[in-house]
Amino acid sequence: MGELRLYALQRLTALVMIPLILVHLVLIVYAVQGGLTADAILARTRGSVAWALFYGLFVVAAAIHAPIGLRNVLREWTGLARRPIDRAMLAFGAILLALGLRAVAAVVGGGA
Amino acid sequence: MRLPRRSIGWWAALGHRISGLALAIFLPLHFLALGLALEGAASLDGFLRFAELPLVKVAELGLVMLLSIHLVFGLRVLAIELLPWPTRDGLRLRLVYAGIAAMLVVGIAFGVGIA
Repeated sequence: MGELRLYALQRLTALVMIPLILVHLVLIVYAVQGGLTADAILARTRGSVAWALFYGLFVVAAAIHAPIGLRNVLREWTGLARRPIDRAMLAFGAILLALGLRAVAAVVGGGA
Repeated sequence: MRLPRRSIGWWAALGHRISGLALAIFLPLHFLALGLALEGAASLDGFLRFAELPLVKVAELGLVMLLSIHLVFGLRVLAIELLPWPTRDGLRLRLVYAGIAAMLVVGIAFGVGIA
């Protein structure tokens, strides 16, 4: 993928995440008041299509945004060659996407 | 990062980068922890008890503060890149201060919650 497209993707995902992060931060601060329990978290999220879409979008955006940012840092701050960095970041993005969607499924869907 | 060293903009760019690095390292662990809910609420509760340890709480506090500052310093980057140059009087500088303020406000609100 070309540099311009990666740059545009990173900025686009940044824009998408602005409202998502604001909601997430408010929710975090609200949720920790009085302590966190799994039941309290899951009562909020289980079966909620809205939270599934919200956090699903968040995961996809973060899985694109983080590897591109990390790629820039590794290029500028390490002597690593471009190709291994690109491969590692592609893998990192795939791992984030898989783990993130699994996490969304865990808190919104199944479980005992 | 091609800014005069030690300028406020340089520190903001460094802060943006370091907070991003920390968040990138944290994110897979965050997802793995939430994934414990797949094994049932008891597993997630077990993890949340671990999260009650003082050192872990301090780390969590640091992370929400890093997320806040990464957000506002990211707005600064978008303002630099997308708004007409030069940006309005003091906008970039105000966003740096807003980032620090947001970090502190979220940090205090979170800190009070977990204390």
